[in-house]
Amino acid sequence: MSGIHFGASPAHPHAAAAGAGPRLEGLLQRLPAGPKFVALLVLVVGTAVLPVAWIWWHAVVAALLVTAIVVGQVPVRPLLWRLLCFAPFVGGAAVAAAWHGSTGPGWRAVALRGGLCLSAVVVFGAVTPFAALPGLLKRVGVPTLLVTTLALMHRYLFVLSDEAQRMQRARASRTLVRPRRLAWGLPAEIVGRLFVRASERAERIYLAMCARGWR
Amino acid sequence: MHIPDGFLDAKTAVTAASLAVVGLGVALRQAKRELPPRRVPLLGLGAAFVFAAQMVNFPVAGGTSGHLIGAALVAALLGLPAAVIVMATVLIAQCFLFADGGVTALGANGFNMAVVAPMAGLLVFRLIGRVLPGQRGQVAAMAFAGWCSTVAAAVACAGQLAWSGTVGWAVGLPAMVGIHMIIGLGEGAISALAFYAVVRARPELAAGAVGSAGAGLVRYGLLATLGVALFVAPFACPWPDGLEAVAAKLGFEHRAAVAAPAWLADYQFPGIASPGVATAVAGAIGALVVFGLAVLLSWVVVREKREDDGR
Repeated sequence: MSGIHFGASPAHPHAAAAGAGPRLEGLLQRLPAGPKFVALLVLVVGTAVLPVAWIWWHAVVAALLVTAIVVGQVPVRPLLWRLLCFAPFVGGAAVAAAWHGSTGPGWRAVALRGGLCLSAVVVFGAVTPFAALPGLLKRVGVPTLLVTTLALMHRYLFVLSDEAQRMQRARASRTLVRPRRLAWGLPAEIVGRLFVRASERAERIYLAMCARGWR
Repeated sequence: MHIPDGFLDAKTAVTAASLAVVGLGVALRQAKRELPPRRVPLLGLGAAFVFAAQMVNFPVAGGTSGHLIGAALVAALLGLPAAVIVMATVLIAQCFLFADGGVTALGANGFNMAVVAPMAGLLVFRLIGRVLPGQRGQVAAMAFAGWCSTVAAAVACAGQLAWSGTVGWAVGLPAMVGIHMIIGLGEGAISALAFYAVVRARPELAAGAVGSAGAGLVRYGLLATLGVALFVAPFACPWPDGLEAVAAKLGFEHRAAVAAPAWLADYQFPGIASPGVATAVAGAIGALVVFGLAVLLSWVVVREKREDDGR
């Protein structure tokens, strides 16, 4: 399994709609993924490991993130929206940590670390196309099977999401009255059929890959 | 159940990451050896399927909705090594594409949801499927497996949070497991219904994974046992201080009310002094109740579809 080429695929039309679409024009976006990934790891691991009392570290991380947002011309509103989506997780754990009392790191530490790391990943995602990740992993030495799976998943993620939405629309347009007892039966039927379609598509992809000389 | 960054300390994150990497490595080696080439693209499509299936909403009371998690369903349909790879891929993408789950917690999340959840799900699916006959047995096994996989992952998650000192075991376990005992009901029902849909549409797809994977299960079982010994066992001893004991009492009552009939909360188990054992007993009773529900679901669903067939 060596024939799959991992380049930067052309911007997917649905990527923007899914909220995952990086803007490709900025300076930061054109940097290779490797250094950005290393920077992300350093920031996140540092934030998670270093004591909270070292407030200067957190200030530096926050400043770097703001710089990245400005230099990368990251659209601010989707960024805030995604942060808001995940805020309940950080908030909930902070509340739990507060309840835990004095033995833990304290809710302020949990909230600060969680918030900073979350922002770092969201900003990283906004300035790095996901398509660059499989190539990066392959160069680092991650097993080919995993990289192939990752690349195929990214390629068909939006295809299958579209398919699921189409099936739901079709089902909704045919189901005039929706009995209560089928409230879960119908979506589950869609999930099941989606798996059938995914495996049929996998068969076709296998044949297509073989036709192109894959192994 | 995705642990964000900053919740785990270094020792927990590194330990969980090592276990997850070993689990994924075993799965990759096994898949490379046993998976026929024509099923390799199915791994990627399976991961994309999990993503897409998670976008299908299931109405829950009060205008809220839930969605499939998928570990047990994928394990039952694709087999264990494939399920581990698929779920790990999904978690990597969720981490870097959607910022769901922390980067430093990726190992822990991977261990909980890509190793423990599919393994528990498949183990229960195989065991129950062997005991209960026919299609109804398969559907009931799938329902119970979905619930078990969710709860098992939640227990591992609570153990990691407690080992890090972020959320105490006495608070974290009842909260995490209590919530996921309810979420697991939905997961089990969706898994069973979707599995049954696959069985009716393409029986050979569902039958393909039923083959034996005994040696594989033993290896993952050892790994999961090691994880449980590390993350959970230190907390199974008597409670260290009064605050935690009170919290355990509160948490236990909350959870028992959720999992089992209400009279259980005030019931003194004869001869059981430790609240830990009492919690375990309550959990076991909850599991029995859910197993009954799973069998009931299989009877309702499969009979209903037979009537449809006669139409």
